[in-house]
Amino acid sequence: MIRFVAALVATLALSAPLKAAEKVSDFTLDNGMQVVVIEDHRAPVVVHMVWYRAGSADEPPGQSGVAHFLEHLLFKGTDTLEPGEFSATVAKNGGADNAFTSYDYTAYYQRVAADRLPLMMRMESDRMKNLRLSEADIVTERDVILEERNMRVENNPSALFREQKSATQYLNHRYGVPIIGWKHEMEELSLEDALSYYGTYYSPNNAILVVAGDVQPDEVLALAQQFYGPIPANPDLPSERYRSAEPPQTAERRLIFRDARVAQPYVSRSYMAPERDSGAQQDAAALVILSEVLGGSTTSILSEKLQYETQKAIFTGAYYSGGSLDDSTFDLVVVPAPGVTLQQAEDALDDVLAGLVENGIDDDRLERVKMQIRASEIYALDNTEGLANRYGRALTQGLTIQDVQEWPGILDAVTAKDVLSAARNVLDRRQSVTGWLMTEELGQ
Amino acid sequence: MIKRFILPMVLLIAALPARAEVQIQEVTSPGGLTAWLVEDHSIPFTALELRFRGGARLDSPQAAGATNLMVGLLEEGAADLDSRGFARATEELAAGFSYDLSDDFVSVSARFLSENRDQAIALLRDSLIAPRFDQDAVDRVRQQVLSGILSDEKNPRDIAAQSFRTLIYGDHPYARPQSGSTASVTALTREDLLVAHQNALTRDRVYISAVGDITPADLAAVLDTVLGDLPAKGPALPAPAKLNFPGGTHVTEFETPQSVALFAQPGIAQEDPDFFAAYILDLILGGGSFESRLMQEVREKRGLTYGVYSYLVDKDGASLWMGSVASGNERIAQAIQVIRGEWQKLLATGVTEDDLANAKTYLTGAYPLRFDGNATIAKIMVGMQTSGMPIDYMATRNDRVNAVTMEDMRRVAKRLLDPAALTFVVVGQPQGLPAN
Repeated sequence: MIRFVAALVATLALSAPLKAAEKVSDFTLDNGMQVVVIEDHRAPVVVHMVWYRAGSADEPPGQSGVAHFLEHLLFKGTDTLEPGEFSATVAKNGGADNAFTSYDYTAYYQRVAADRLPLMMRMESDRMKNLRLSEADIVTERDVILEERNMRVENNPSALFREQKSATQYLNHRYGVPIIGWKHEMEELSLEDALSYYGTYYSPNNAILVVAGDVQPDEVLALAQQFYGPIPANPDLPSERYRSAEPPQTAERRLIFRDARVAQPYVSRSYMAPERDSGAQQDAAALVILSEVLGGSTTSILSEKLQYETQKAIFTGAYYSGGSLDDSTFDLVVVPAPGVTLQQAEDALDDVLAGLVENGIDDDRLERVKMQIRASEIYALDNTEGLANRYGRALTQGLTIQDVQEWPGILDAVTAKDVLSAARNVLDRRQSVTGWLMTEELGQ
Repeated sequence: MIKRFILPMVLLIAALPARAEVQIQEVTSPGGLTAWLVEDHSIPFTALELRFRGGARLDSPQAAGATNLMVGLLEEGAADLDSRGFARATEELAAGFSYDLSDDFVSVSARFLSENRDQAIALLRDSLIAPRFDQDAVDRVRQQVLSGILSDEKNPRDIAAQSFRTLIYGDHPYARPQSGSTASVTALTREDLLVAHQNALTRDRVYISAVGDITPADLAAVLDTVLGDLPAKGPALPAPAKLNFPGGTHVTEFETPQSVALFAQPGIAQEDPDFFAAYILDLILGGGSFESRLMQEVREKRGLTYGVYSYLVDKDGASLWMGSVASGNERIAQAIQVIRGEWQKLLATGVTEDDLANAKTYLTGAYPLRFDGNATIAKIMVGMQTSGMPIDYMATRNDRVNAVTMEDMRRVAKRLLDPAALTFVVVGQPQGLPAN
């Protein structure tokens, strides 16, 4: 079996492409708007996306949730579109549209027949500058986002716990504030707040157009020039995305979150970790491999030790994506088996981490993970929308197209030594937050 | 990342097959198995979809959850590989297998690279034909299932789903949660799992589709390798459910800030000649898009919810017209009132010419956009087969949509809409709604 496996890995290392074979072109309009075109001619479909380099971490203090609130409000009217007409027009054309907000970006997209691209560009370019909001829009839509918070957070003890934990992890940086906003600040969001954020950040020189699907790059460029080209750049756009930076963490932090709705307690640990930086993605690549080796699947170290060998856990996981503008986290979770306390689960986790930092990882594990990563580049070609998201996210998080295209190769070049060194740098308890999610204590 | 709205996680039944350019071939293996294939050699992998009719409803009441636990164990050791050996082998091939369960089906989705297809297929075969059900694996996965059941008991959405099933389906297997109960899962034996395996994966009830880098001849060989050694026939399926729609609003108290509601009235089967008109009616009322009347009235005009949806559910043994909404405890009563009002209004005044025209342009325009990726197309094609559609269905589907008239819409609205039967199940601490 071992010999067979080794032979197989060698074959794949030779034949699987290290770089995605997607066809990507890029341009920049005179007003500073970046344009990325990804060709996929298998179906007569196009995904049209506009990404703004502005998310919840760019909000002013006291207005948490305004980036996401504005995203909702962009579906209200403009000078030429009635409220709701945008989505109604997309639907009449057989398309689907939506939008999403994260810490570092806000994005709007439509998925339509390829020949409807000009219509989408006309409407999307219109609402980049010409939004018209009424006080009534504000009141109703604010209720909607409060219900959204109810659904995502207030009704879900794990989400409440994560919110508290992020706030503990980030003392000074806006990643500690939830994207959807703190409830008490959401309740006070005003028309002026939304328009101020809109005026500051929504402009072509702060936006990236991503068009993916059955299109030709030169045609997309011509359309982009026609619809987005005339919009003037905003000269007052902040030259830097200034966020208050996190001070060095010098003391371990801990929290216990209790809620009567918790059925399954667990331990969650996060460590401050560097993110992918343009031109210097090696450290992040080693952390991606570390997360996979440690807790990416049932064959990973945590699963083998805690779920199979000692059976102290019913689930384990490690998470790190490196996709953020500023410092990120490396996350671990252990869900204890019945009869195992959270302290025992945490101790077992720390034992595994200590062993890893001491001994490093073996080459078999490393090869298996790399094999998966190489294959994922092939599977990724089946999902054009996923590729579009990959570029949109990267370009709003301080990376370049070249960084995106070099990433699979950088991952493939990571050595066991790199992984060990990344583990030693990051898995330091002084830079960690440990949270216990528990049910309510029974009265004495 | 949070989205502007979320589509409900349900099977949108109205089938919806392919664009004219998608060339579906029927492939029959030497062993007599039939699959639908779309050959596309542009990316060196294949997506394979298998669906076995039967699903969780095959469980006996005593062994509730047996099929679920069995499906969870298919990837936990097979033939000469134990659980970890199987996982490592799958990873080394970079193949992906996922095994899923619903009330009516066991679903298997596989993807594998062209360069090691034979090895991947051998693994997939072993997982379906020769799962080991080793005791340590059984106990480990059982513990995961039990943990999930405990969590469901404290999650308002899952509590609502269970309360709904109990009320609507009575003593039919559909009334039981797929994963079983703490008691039934704790009591499951290896023998129960072997029986579930024997019953749930049989050649007479399998539907197959494949898309990607594979020829018809190669696919035919794959079919016999993967499925040839399964039992030929499965046990009888349960009779259709006798549905109970008492009307009214049924509250389960649970301490949480937002109430979760499910609602339903009798639905319509896909084979029914009125199905397309009903599907359009549902689209106009609350189906999926932002433009529906429920979304406009409950969310856009009143801000009472983040999402409200309706959808037609056509299980093998039950047809329902369902919906869901979630609103703060102090506002859910109003949301329900608005939804009931829209039901009445649709019955009283029907749809407009504009409504029908917009629905048609949406449905016919959206249709060809569905077929964009090997995995997606494979799933759609297997769904077409389980719904009994002909292989050339896609060529006529938009014509069927366009053939629906205002007269059809009036007739079907009168036939289907039943405000008195519209039954709400609510979980939370709703104000202004008495608890049962």
